[in-house]
Amino acid sequence: MKKSYQIEDLDCANCAAKIEDAIRKISGVKDASVSFIGQKLTVETDSDLTEIMSEIKKVVNKIEPDCTIVM
Amino acid sequence: MNKKLKKSLLLIIAAGLLFALSWLPIPQNLQIGLLLVSYFIVGWEIILKALRNIIRGQVFDENFLMSLATFGAWYLGEYAEAVAVMLFFQVGEFFQKYAVNRSRQSISALMNIRPDYANVLRHNKIIKVSPEDVKVGEIIVVKAGERVPLDGLITKGDSSLDTAALTGESLPRDVTKGDEVLSGCINLSGVIEVKTTKEYGMSTIAKILDLVENASSQKAELENFITRFAKWYTPIVVFLALFIAIIPPMLGFDTFREWSYRAITFLVISCPCALVISIPLSFFGGIGAASKCGVLVKGGNYLEALSKVHTAVFDKTGTLTKGKFVISEIRPQGISKEKLLETAAYIESMSSHPIALAIKAAWNQKFDLSRIDKIEEISGKGITAEFDGKKVAAGNIKMLQDFGVSLPQKVANKTAVYIVIDGKYSGFVAVEDELKNDAPAAISSLKQQGITQTVMLTGDNKHIAAKIGKILRLDKVFAELLPADKLAKLEQLMKQKPTGSTLVFVGDGINDAPSLARSDIGIAMGGIGSDAAIEAADVVIMTDEPYKIVDAIRIARGTVLIARENVIFAIGVKFLVLGLGACGLASIWAAVFADVGVSVIAILNAVRALRLYKK
Repeated sequence: MKKSYQIEDLDCANCAAKIEDAIRKISGVKDASVSFIGQKLTVETDSDLTEIMSEIKKVVNKIEPDCTIVM
Repeated sequence: MNKKLKKSLLLIIAAGLLFALSWLPIPQNLQIGLLLVSYFIVGWEIILKALRNIIRGQVFDENFLMSLATFGAWYLGEYAEAVAVMLFFQVGEFFQKYAVNRSRQSISALMNIRPDYANVLRHNKIIKVSPEDVKVGEIIVVKAGERVPLDGLITKGDSSLDTAALTGESLPRDVTKGDEVLSGCINLSGVIEVKTTKEYGMSTIAKILDLVENASSQKAELENFITRFAKWYTPIVVFLALFIAIIPPMLGFDTFREWSYRAITFLVISCPCALVISIPLSFFGGIGAASKCGVLVKGGNYLEALSKVHTAVFDKTGTLTKGKFVISEIRPQGISKEKLLETAAYIESMSSHPIALAIKAAWNQKFDLSRIDKIEEISGKGITAEFDGKKVAAGNIKMLQDFGVSLPQKVANKTAVYIVIDGKYSGFVAVEDELKNDAPAAISSLKQQGITQTVMLTGDNKHIAAKIGKILRLDKVFAELLPADKLAKLEQLMKQKPTGSTLVFVGDGINDAPSLARSDIGIAMGGIGSDAAIEAADVVIMTDEPYKIVDAIRIARGTVLIARENVIFAIGVKFLVLGLGACGLASIWAAVFADVGVSVIAILNAVRALRLYKK
């Protein structure tokens, strides 16, 4: 299952890379890509995304508390 | 410029003014006071973020490093340097965001083809609704000057459409009742009524927008390299700074103060942001430049692959040729030319085969259907019928053999329809698929660009394939291939190319999906309106001009060059200043300018990619 989300207030390119890296490490996530220019997060998972989503939000919040994932 | 950016610009200007004032001949206390105020104006946000991130367990971020470097500078009494580091760090950040905003805007302006509304006809009234709310099969009204919001068929009215947003083609296209219209085109003249055939989400325009918006998620190898580099760069530089600050003074070389100063120069250039942003910005620009020419690239990785093409493989029909047959020769035997063509046209009157269409187009008269009767199609061979009371057959050589009629002349190298009237051979009508006008230029330009091998794959017969191969000067031609053979040939060619180079397959996307998927880069031509092509291909050429491949490769190479320049330049300058800093030859000032200067130059260079579409 592959889905894209808009990320708001993603401020620096390096943080985008860090977020991408951290999301990839979440179990159940097959692949993730954060585009700073597109302000977009694309995640690919094996199973249902809703469970993993809260984990993803937690990770994003830890690295960049300012940015929010638009659902 | 958005609100946030405006605010940071104001802060930078205010702090900059105070910073400038501090250089006036004023008492030292006042000077330090001005610098402190200036420092907090630009720096408080960064210090706050650094503290917050430490609490969250994120230590090595650029906020922390800048705070640490400036605290160090204050401690050493280098007040002006401390402010400069913060101020210029903010200038760099501002510039980055501004550049990214600008290029996002220019791409969305370029793709500013999203229809805002649809005029839908419900209960004999025209209602303005959002395109998403229109169902399949509803009638929408498109007035002159409006954008077509959904794909559909014209049920009423004629007009001409500006398709530039979809195809880059500047000539308007005339449409009339029964024609297909694609969302994203602009209606130039009359009012048309369109019966929708797709929902908005499935419409051409939505697909194109989606594709371009998602392109930045597919990252190029160079982007991934730089992200990996950035991951190690910061911790290593910080560790080195720590090492420099502690070890040499402990061993008795110079003073602690001297080495701390050197460590601070390290911290100042420890942020990899310029690099991390300038590479994707270059690729984003390249993708934007390509879409301006009507070439949609699905990601930076494909742009990178396009810059390394070794072998270009083309499908024939619909890619290099127009895919429309025209009559090339009529050779009657025993009857007149006109009579032969008329007979052929009547027999094919009910057929929609491309060859039949060509014959009917050449004859171009109204049919009197009472003259023809008992039309029967013999699959894979031809058609039999009664025409003006005579038994007539039209078809290929296999059909002639069935009738026991032998061919008087050898005409093997033609795609032809042979006519038999009352059991007697009466001649043939040969058809030919025309080459696209820009096909020869496309192949020769590819050669000039250094593409080593050009190949054509076709299911058509050997003689025709060889003839086209000769005209276009293709390196290799493989003919009489079944769809499965095409894929096998492609795989063979994939194995033959040198490692590190790529193979591009260009097809019209109709039945090439496996080949499009198997090749390094699958390019679908004339992809507009064909969902399968947009799905399967990595690059979609919106017009049907093969020359666009030449443009795409040129843009890809330009983009990769810019990205490489940025990598080498930014890493080079950083390492140079690190080296000089370690030896005590670079001041904090040098480090500040190396850091911000590199950012600005790399970003300006990256923005250049957006303008690559100009020839």
